[in-house]
Amino acid sequence: MKEEIVIAGFGGQGVLSMGKILAYSGVMQDMEVSWMPAYGPEMRGGTANVTVILSDERISSPILHEYDTAIILNQQSMDKFEKDVKPGGTLIYDGNGITRHPERTDINIYRVDATEEAARMHAVKTFNMIVLGGYLKVKPIVKMENVIAGLKKSLPERHHHLIPMNEKAITRGGEIINEVSLVE
Amino acid sequence: MRELKLMKGNEAIAEAAIRAGVDGYFGYPITPQSEVMETLMAEKPWETTGMVVLQAESEIASINMVYGGAGCGKRVMTSSSSPGVSLMQEGLTYLAGAELPCVVVNVVRGGPGLGTIQPAQSDYFQTVKGGGHGDYKLITLAPASVQEMADFVETAFDLAFKYRNPVMILSDGVIGQMMEKVELKEFKPRWTAEYIEQNHSWATTGKKKDRAKNIITSVQLEASVQEAFNHKLQNKYQQVEENEVLFEETMCDDAEYLVVAYGSSARICQKSVELAREKGIKVGMLRPITLYPFPTKQLQERAKQVKGILSVEMSAGQMVEDVKLAVECKVPVEHFGRFGGSVHSPGEVVEALEQKLIGG
Repeated sequence: MKEEIVIAGFGGQGVLSMGKILAYSGVMQDMEVSWMPAYGPEMRGGTANVTVILSDERISSPILHEYDTAIILNQQSMDKFEKDVKPGGTLIYDGNGITRHPERTDINIYRVDATEEAARMHAVKTFNMIVLGGYLKVKPIVKMENVIAGLKKSLPERHHHLIPMNEKAITRGGEIINEVSLVE
Repeated sequence: MRELKLMKGNEAIAEAAIRAGVDGYFGYPITPQSEVMETLMAEKPWETTGMVVLQAESEIASINMVYGGAGCGKRVMTSSSSPGVSLMQEGLTYLAGAELPCVVVNVVRGGPGLGTIQPAQSDYFQTVKGGGHGDYKLITLAPASVQEMADFVETAFDLAFKYRNPVMILSDGVIGQMMEKVELKEFKPRWTAEYIEQNHSWATTGKKKDRAKNIITSVQLEASVQEAFNHKLQNKYQQVEENEVLFEETMCDDAEYLVVAYGSSARICQKSVELAREKGIKVGMLRPITLYPFPTKQLQERAKQVKGILSVEMSAGQMVEDVKLAVECKVPVEHFGRFGGSVHSPGEVVEALEQKLIGG
C-alpha cells in the first residue's frame, strides 16, 4: 500500500497539522511516512501545502509531481493541484470560496463542506479534522484508533482535553462528504 | 523497545547531538535550519547532560566559539544555512589549519547572496573545494533522510576526532524541513576531562608538569615549516580518501545508464529510477554519502558498464565536475538540476535522462 497525498489551502486552516496528524497515524500503524511542507515565502503570503506519503515500503522521493489524492481547500490550490492528480486518483475539496469547481473527468471527485460544518458545530478550529474525517471515509488507510494515537502524539499534552472534540469532527467529516463524480 | 518519533531533519540533528554526548552548540538563527537551535533550547540539555547551548551574536562568533571549544578537546558544533556558512569560512580554514575537530551543519538554501530560503545544493563547491583559503579539506557527509540527519551527527564527530579535522554535514532545506520516522540512539555520557587528557593529548586542557605545553595555532611563519605541515595535512587527506569513502547504490547491477545524486536529490532520483525502469530504461543510481572523499573509484568501475551518466544536483552544475574527473571522459556525463530554490520533480529527472543521454 502506498498513498501519495497533497493537502493545500490557506495558512491558518491547519493544513500542515492535518498532514502531521495523518503522518503520525501512519507511524502508529507501523507504516513508513514522510511529511514535506512548502516552508518557503508562499506560506508567509497566505497559501500552505504539504506532501504526505504513507507506505508499507521505504519511501523514495518526498517531493512529487503527481498525487493519488489532492485535498484542496482554496481556489489557488485548485488551480495549482487539480491537474497533478494521477488519472484514476482522488480530489477532495471544500466548496467554500471555490469559484471554479474541478473539471476533470478521469478522477474521483468528492466535496466536503468543512468550513460550513465547523461553523455550524461552533468549533471553527476543528475544520481540518472534518476534512481529515472526510478523507478517511474515502480512503480508510489508517484505523481510527491510530488516528487518535496520532492526535495524541502530535498535540502537546496541554491540548489533550481537545481530543474528544477532534474525534467528533473526524466522525462528522465522514458523514458529510459527498461524491461529486466518480470514474467508471 | 525502540522509540520511533516523527521529526524534522533539523530537530533530529539537535536530539542526536544531545544523545551523542556533545559538549557544546553555538549558533545563530537562519531559515531553513533554525529548528536545530530551537529544539536544543526547548530540550535544555544544560540541565541534563551539561551540554552548553548558546545563541551567539553572529555566525562569525559561533564558529570562533567552536574553535575555542574544539581547542579544549570538547565535542562542539554549529549549524547554519548558506549565507551564514559563508560568514564562517574564515573560521573553518583556521580550524582546518589548527587541526581542530568539530562538526558544522549546512542546511543549504538558494543563493548567491542572501538568495532564497528554499532548498538548494549549490554550496557543493564551497564545501568540498575549499570555501576558505589554503590547501585544506572538509570531510563532508550528505544525509538523505531524517534518520541519517540523526545518525550522521555521531559519525561526523567520530571522523572529526579520528582525523583532527572539521567535518561538514551538508544537508538542504528539503531534508531539514521534512518529517520522517526516526529511531534515536541511547544517551551517551559526555567525555570526562580525564578521557580527553588520555585520548586527545593535543588538547589545551591545562599543562601538566610532565609534558610540554600544547599550542593550538594555524600560523607557521617559516615557509619550510608551513610546507612540512601542509605535507602532513595532505598525507592525512590521503588517508581519508583511502579509508572513509561512503556511497550507496540502487539498481546498478544491470544498469545501462547511471544517475549520480546526493542528499535530497538522491531521494528524488530514487523515484526517477523507479519511473524510468517502468518505462524499460535500465538505469541505476550511485549516491555519494561522503562528498569528500568522493566515490571516485566506484564511479570509474560503473563507467566501464554504462552508456552515460547524469549528475543530478539542485545547482547549475557543481558535483558534475567531480563526476567528469572521475570517469575521465570515458562515457558522456551530463548535468541536470533545478536551482535557486526550485526543486526538480522525479518526472523532470526522467525527462532529462531521456533528452540528454538516451535520445541525444
